[in-house]
Amino acid sequence: MGVRRWIEGWPVYRQATQGDLLGRGAAAKSDGSARIEARTHSADRVVKSICPYCAVGCGQQIYVKDEKVVQIEGDPDSPVSRGRLCPKGSASKQLVTGSARTNKVLYRRPHGTDWEQLDLDTAMDMIADRVLKSRRDGWQWEVDGKRTRRTLGVASLGGATLDNEENYLLKKLFTALGAIQIENQARI
Amino acid sequence: MDMDTPRMGFFTDTSVCIGCKACEVACKEWNLVPEDGLNLTGMSYDNTVGLSADTWRHVAFIEQRKPVENPDALAMAAGGDLQWLMASDVCKHCTHAGCLDVCPTGSLFRTEFGTVVVQEDICNGCGYCVPACPYGVIDRREEDGRAWKCTLCYDRISGGQEPACAKACPTDSIQFGPLDELRERAALRVSELQGAGVTEARLYGEDPTDGVGGDGAFFLLLAEPEVYGLPPDPVVPTRDLGTMWRQVGLAALTAVAGVALAFGVGR
Amino acid sequence: MAECHPVGFQWVMEAKARGAKVIHVDPRFTRTSAMADLHVPLRAGTDIAFLGALVNHVLTEEKYFREYMVAYTNAAAIVGEDFVDTEDLDGVFSGLDPESRNYDVNTWQYEGTEVQAASGERDLEYEDKVSSAGRGEAHGSGGAAVDQPETDKTLQHPRCVFQILKRHFARYTPETVEQICGIPPDKFRQVAELLTANSGRDRTTAFVYSVGWTQHTVGVQYIRTASILQSLLGNMGRPGGGILALRGHASIQGSTDIPTLFNILPGYIPMPHAHGNEDLDKFIEAESVDKGFWAEMRSYLVSMLKSWWGPAARADNDFCFDYLPRLTGSHSTYETVMAQLAGDCKGYFVLGENPAVGSSNAKLQRLGMAELDWLVVRDFSLIESATWWKDGPEIDSGELRTEDIGTEVFFMPAAAHTEKDGSFTNTQRMLQWHHQAVEPPGDARSELWFTYHLGRIIREKLAGSTDEADRPILDLTWDYPCKGAIAEPDAEAVLAEINGFGPDGKPLSSYLELKDDGSTMCGCWIYCGVYADGENQAARRKPGAHQSWVAPEWGWAWPANRRILYNRASADPDGKPWSERKTLVWWDAEERKWKGHDVPDFVPDKAPDYQPPEGARGAEALSGTDAFVMQADGKAWLYAPAGLTDGPLPTHYEPQDSPFENLLYQQQRNPVRQVKPFKHPDNRMHPIGSDVFPYVATTYRLTEHHTAGGMSRWLPYLSELQPEMFCEVSPELAAERGLEHMGWATIVTARGAIEARVMVTERMTPLTVQGRQLHQVGLPYHWGPNGYSVGDAANELASISLDPNTHIQEVKALSCDVRPGRRPTGKARLELVREYQRRAGITEDTGMEP
Repeated sequence: MGVRRWIEGWPVYRQATQGDLLGRGAAAKSDGSARIEARTHSADRVVKSICPYCAVGCGQQIYVKDEKVVQIEGDPDSPVSRGRLCPKGSASKQLVTGSARTNKVLYRRPHGTDWEQLDLDTAMDMIADRVLKSRRDGWQWEVDGKRTRRTLGVASLGGATLDNEENYLLKKLFTALGAIQIENQARI
Repeated sequence: MDMDTPRMGFFTDTSVCIGCKACEVACKEWNLVPEDGLNLTGMSYDNTVGLSADTWRHVAFIEQRKPVENPDALAMAAGGDLQWLMASDVCKHCTHAGCLDVCPTGSLFRTEFGTVVVQEDICNGCGYCVPACPYGVIDRREEDGRAWKCTLCYDRISGGQEPACAKACPTDSIQFGPLDELRERAALRVSELQGAGVTEARLYGEDPTDGVGGDGAFFLLLAEPEVYGLPPDPVVPTRDLGTMWRQVGLAALTAVAGVALAFGVGR
Repeated sequence: MAECHPVGFQWVMEAKARGAKVIHVDPRFTRTSAMADLHVPLRAGTDIAFLGALVNHVLTEEKYFREYMVAYTNAAAIVGEDFVDTEDLDGVFSGLDPESRNYDVNTWQYEGTEVQAASGERDLEYEDKVSSAGRGEAHGSGGAAVDQPETDKTLQHPRCVFQILKRHFARYTPETVEQICGIPPDKFRQVAELLTANSGRDRTTAFVYSVGWTQHTVGVQYIRTASILQSLLGNMGRPGGGILALRGHASIQGSTDIPTLFNILPGYIPMPHAHGNEDLDKFIEAESVDKGFWAEMRSYLVSMLKSWWGPAARADNDFCFDYLPRLTGSHSTYETVMAQLAGDCKGYFVLGENPAVGSSNAKLQRLGMAELDWLVVRDFSLIESATWWKDGPEIDSGELRTEDIGTEVFFMPAAAHTEKDGSFTNTQRMLQWHHQAVEPPGDARSELWFTYHLGRIIREKLAGSTDEADRPILDLTWDYPCKGAIAEPDAEAVLAEINGFGPDGKPLSSYLELKDDGSTMCGCWIYCGVYADGENQAARRKPGAHQSWVAPEWGWAWPANRRILYNRASADPDGKPWSERKTLVWWDAEERKWKGHDVPDFVPDKAPDYQPPEGARGAEALSGTDAFVMQADGKAWLYAPAGLTDGPLPTHYEPQDSPFENLLYQQQRNPVRQVKPFKHPDNRMHPIGSDVFPYVATTYRLTEHHTAGGMSRWLPYLSELQPEMFCEVSPELAAERGLEHMGWATIVTARGAIEARVMVTERMTPLTVQGRQLHQVGLPYHWGPNGYSVGDAANELASISLDPNTHIQEVKALSCDVRPGRRPTGKARLELVREYQRRAGITEDTGMEP
């Protein structure tokens, strides 16, 4: 820091030269305040999104910095919401970045008393095996002499928080497996 | 204050507040304000209680029976005189800000927008500002001892954005803008409401001649300020500071003159 | 609405600022009531009595919009001689079989027409099963089939719908409203006057409802009553009118359109039922109709089968129609629980839902899961449905022991909306795309990833199988492009499949292009057009401020990007808007086409004076004034001759558990509600008018939380705003039961006992019902034992008793008791419930009568 800048940074000098004689305005502005920048400005990119809570479908803008979500707020362009969000929508960043998320696969073995860790690929393989076994065990070619070509062994619940594309694959896969007990929150 | 930047502020129109608390959450998300504890208070739906170092927007909920003045059939219906008032409170960003006046470190300062902001890189946690606020807004955070309050999103408005609470507010109860414009809009809204028979509608904190020289964040209320937990006649404790200092100055000058005289005489 | 959809409520506030009057009908005084011009508290579970009296008022005071009604509703249609109304059968309609608890709907038909379901080879047994599976929902985007009825445009014929309606609703008077609902006649009249004064040529009134209407044993009929009212008043298909359902999950509409539901296929095509020798032709013959757009069901279904089974789906094998599994009755979420308890259902996926808190009779949900071989829970956090085996209420009560539970549990972390591409369909049928912002953390994955890769692994494991049962899975088209380090499937590729492709392999732009010969593919016909021109129409984001008030270039709404359904009705029979103020679409006589601010919901060049030629079918068979184009007769139904399982007209029935007798009829409850299949020691019902359960509880949501809490109770910023479970009671009830503000209360039903902190508030109003004071208890249903903010789950109290059309549980009105203090823990909690059952004289047959 040069002497000149050092002197210019001195509050008394700033009081005298910036018309802030009482020293409560610009003269008191700290380095931190001078450097202040909204993280919506410094974000690397803004991604258009939709609020994940209710079905009003408010527009959201996701601000990303260094591949992390740094802010979520309303999208002013949305004719549905005009940039506004409710408390839940406003808490979206805490939902997606908060410490409450469990990001590891957990496994409870039959009669087990606690969770165990499990590798994702192993879990997928185990689940596939179990789907096939239960599907087989609950298979019904016929019921009361009428063709059913189905299984009662496997059921699924949930979909209203998911994307259309996800529901589509779920319905397609489970129906092809012969499962019929496919349900979601539409009834609750 | 920078002369080409108009003074910015909030106009909170509580007549359209639906008590959703989006402002509380949006504020916390933006300003990274810590959670304030889980406490079911029983004060209607208000579990925040008041403004503090960890709550910069606070929605008050008041359930009350309204005296029946208006024999209009709509208001008359059985139980129809039940009123549920909701209002989002915030730092007033006073014209004469007690907190700013007493701050010995220069941490509190008035920005180019006329708002009052704590600079956390300066604040040493002395706490002088806390009793100096006539509204009981500014507060020290237990964990770090420093004083914290609403900055009117200094970082956002510096970049031309509106504060987080005003942006989120679903019904535009919280409006942000140049104070002059807000005052005009508010006056219009009050007369509109009064014209519609809402005689209780009044403004709070918009008067530049009040005890704090007018608030940068003012309100439209539907009842006496006390009902919302707001002081009816707030006065900045440092109101007489200027006069006091002038007198002190005069005394000092007199003393200096006396000393000089003494020295002079002594020579 | 202010309470649960605050951002949507901005438009109500906007309307209010322009002079609109807001009426809020709710047992509680909520944040919506605070903004309303008029709050009408009523006894939970009595809306049909209230709405029915409004219908009666409109009819007797001649407040209907006559021209609209005659032109666009079935008011003039003549009903067959065999129909007998509840007026003459003391609360039931003709055709009731009390044994099977089903209606034979043949007698409800228009004169001289046949019921759809009687065609083909269907036998009675089949009909019974189909009926219990709830066919109403299978017509979610249209009506059931009917032929063109005889009509009397003078509305004088004693069996015309208009006259039947008058007779049916005659006993729904302001006085019965007072007795049943607890609404004083003055207040009722205010509502009637505001409503009728604001409906007609120049003005329209909108109804907004949510699960407060659907979650009853007569939920569908609540909405039917509003439909009748709105059709009489001319408020359908017009700007500012309609009946708007506000839904609580981001894509709950989408998950019904592209259903993860048992009884429908994408686009509301019914799932086939087991039936002897049924092939595609017979299915279509039985299910489709001759008139309107449903006449093309074969094209929709064949195109769907082609997109699922690709080259394997050929004309000579019925396009793999046989690959679809068959239903035998209802297989809803509640029957699935019973199947788990019975040991038939051994594996369960729970995907972003929390039944251990959010479903009715939460205990049965957990007991069902304890009988599983395996359970997969995909969510953000360890919700109650994932951890019940070690810390659920039954572990505390000793009913279950962790070591005895054989269920294997997989917790699979889910990706958030910021971590994946995809579309949500909002409550107005509008698809909006959300773009991926960042990669999901750790093992978190999207359901798209999970489903695709699970299917891939399963197909690998089955490769080479010669078992016929495995053909559908091996022939499935399942080759979506994947991207990135975690091999995430391309969501746009899935959207493109949903949209469909023409014979040239190019994306289709409208369902009108679909063919029934296998030359087109389309995963969901009502979504056809969402990927028109190979562009993701759901991702369109032209700012609202830069386009008309309809904002047609933001997102994409089904069908065909229409924002207001049946908008042909916004113009008069000649095609002119009913009024300048309410202009939406109109017939341009010079250009001979329909024009409008919105996409006209009509064949673009069909003139208002068009009359269908003899023998016409499909859309061609609808006349130029048949505005309700998805209905087989083109009319809004005041009377529903088909499509509903519990009556052609709404009838007031008491809730399953009610402290009162039905004042209007001998018949106490909906005779065909679904309760008997759920007879279980942990699902006992209350006797009628039992003084052991003198109060009425109703469950609901708060602004600060989300449904069963999985997305809110774990968040500090939301938890601090509503930190724990509470119940809302009036000062009068508090005095009667010795409840202290912020003290504890225990709420008890025959299913369970929960505790809650007491919020004594004047917002809860005691009502005078049938001459006595009735207290209601408000119960938010968000909480459970896990998470940051905790409390007992209200759904421990609710029973499994369902609406027969939709299988929706009655959690909005249930009788209960309230006592001061905390509930007992451990075994004593169970004993308290048993003691109440004994005191009320409850047996396994209580409340089971038709």
